[in-house]
Amino acid sequence: MANIPDDLHYSKDHEWVRVEGDTGTVGITDHAQNQLGDIVYVELPRVGDSIEAGAVFGQVESVKAANDLYIPVSGEITEVNETLNDDPEQVNKDPYGAAWMLRVRLKDAGEVDKLMNAVEYEDYTKKITE
Amino acid sequence: MTTAPTPLKQTPLNAAHRRLGGRMVDFGGWDMPVQYPAGTVEEHLRTRLHSGLFDVSHMGEIEVRGSDAIAFVNRLCSNDATKLVDGQAQYSALTTPEGTVVDDLLVYRFAEDHLLLVVNASTTEKDWDWINAHRGDETLTLTNRSADFCQIAVQGPDALGILQTLTETPLAEIKYYHFREGTVDGVPAIISRTGYTGEDGFEVYAAPDKAEQLWDRLLGAGGHGTPEGILPCGLAARNTLRLESAMALYGHEIDETTTLYEANLGWICKLNKGDFNGRERLAQQKAEGVQQKLVGFEVTERGIARDGYDVLINGEKVGRVTSGSPAPYLKKNIGLAYVPAAHATEGLEIHVVVRDRPVAARIVPVPFYKRERKASQ
Repeated sequence: MANIPDDLHYSKDHEWVRVEGDTGTVGITDHAQNQLGDIVYVELPRVGDSIEAGAVFGQVESVKAANDLYIPVSGEITEVNETLNDDPEQVNKDPYGAAWMLRVRLKDAGEVDKLMNAVEYEDYTKKITE
Repeated sequence: MTTAPTPLKQTPLNAAHRRLGGRMVDFGGWDMPVQYPAGTVEEHLRTRLHSGLFDVSHMGEIEVRGSDAIAFVNRLCSNDATKLVDGQAQYSALTTPEGTVVDDLLVYRFAEDHLLLVVNASTTEKDWDWINAHRGDETLTLTNRSADFCQIAVQGPDALGILQTLTETPLAEIKYYHFREGTVDGVPAIISRTGYTGEDGFEVYAAPDKAEQLWDRLLGAGGHGTPEGILPCGLAARNTLRLESAMALYGHEIDETTTLYEANLGWICKLNKGDFNGRERLAQQKAEGVQQKLVGFEVTERGIARDGYDVLINGEKVGRVTSGSPAPYLKKNIGLAYVPAAHATEGLEIHVVVRDRPVAARIVPVPFYKRERKASQ
């Protein structure tokens, strides 16, 4: 059973957002890392870039394939997790913790209301894996 | 996710894959495990270091029987089937009149008048039609026996020892690319010392209703669940293992647009054996030289080359990646690509375009990985 923390917001593309004040931290879900398999490469954007919700912000690559990462919220990127360059397998081991991918200064705090909560995301993953 | 227009085909091991937690994907119309919970890297490494178990029951089998069986196969395929002896297998290709590839296959000789062609899953129907359409006045019977076999590959340095616990056939006596008919766990089987991983190992063909029995017994005999025990391996590991060994994959390195010489498969192109489909064109290409050539490369900057990415030399687009992936055992990012023959030089720097960004790579000798062979293999 995939791990789905209660305090996060989830997108249909399997990214999560943790909101603290006007900062959103973004990563991919346990379900996503499990589906992707061994993560061998993570490509992240530059700090200072502004990005709109739904845009591609980077790539995560498993042995098998490269996959786009979609940002669930709009804003300016304030920080990226550069430890993932050398240690991409953290995404498999700790997708909600050590493998956070980037932080954004939220442009519109209301955007997260359009995302799913943990219960809704759990239903969603069940539905698509049936 | 969405309802498929046509139901996926299943091998007799479909339920076994699901019980083992295999992640199932649509592979050319077949519902196959891409990986199991151990993951592709672990499956790959376990096969290199110990053993891996693969369901390859989706492969097609076409039986050719009759007094002209060898002559017929020799006319359609590029390698020389007359060189086979009973109990021997040969890598070959079904060729078009242009010298390109309808499919690559193994030709098994059971007797002078009895051959079995083992072909790719996604091309089985095409091959069957092609072979039938190219029948002449030869005396022979063709039978599509794809549904009559399961095929299980046990691969890796421990493969022989594991399989030997289930059969009285003395496996060490079977030479590479040879086979015997015997029993495995009491089940009548063809035991073939072949594979697609670059390791020593065997492919076992048996009746499909015995597939689960053989699969489970091989997992048990191989110590599945122990740290160095056998692991079931999915299609992703099968692909990375064959890529490290630089073996061609139909639809990637070879297809009906690439010739055998371009794909470095001149060694299965026996121009002097007599006429066969494409011989004239292949002889001409051998004499004139090829325009493009398949090469191996290693990515030297950060980035992973993938199938279909463009290849640049001196900033100009000159070719494409046919297969690209991280190589779990070599711990490099590698690939195969077609480049103009004039540039097919070991050591040459090329660039692979990864999401609009040229990433440096270097042409290297293939295979990327070669196991140390014992004298008996």
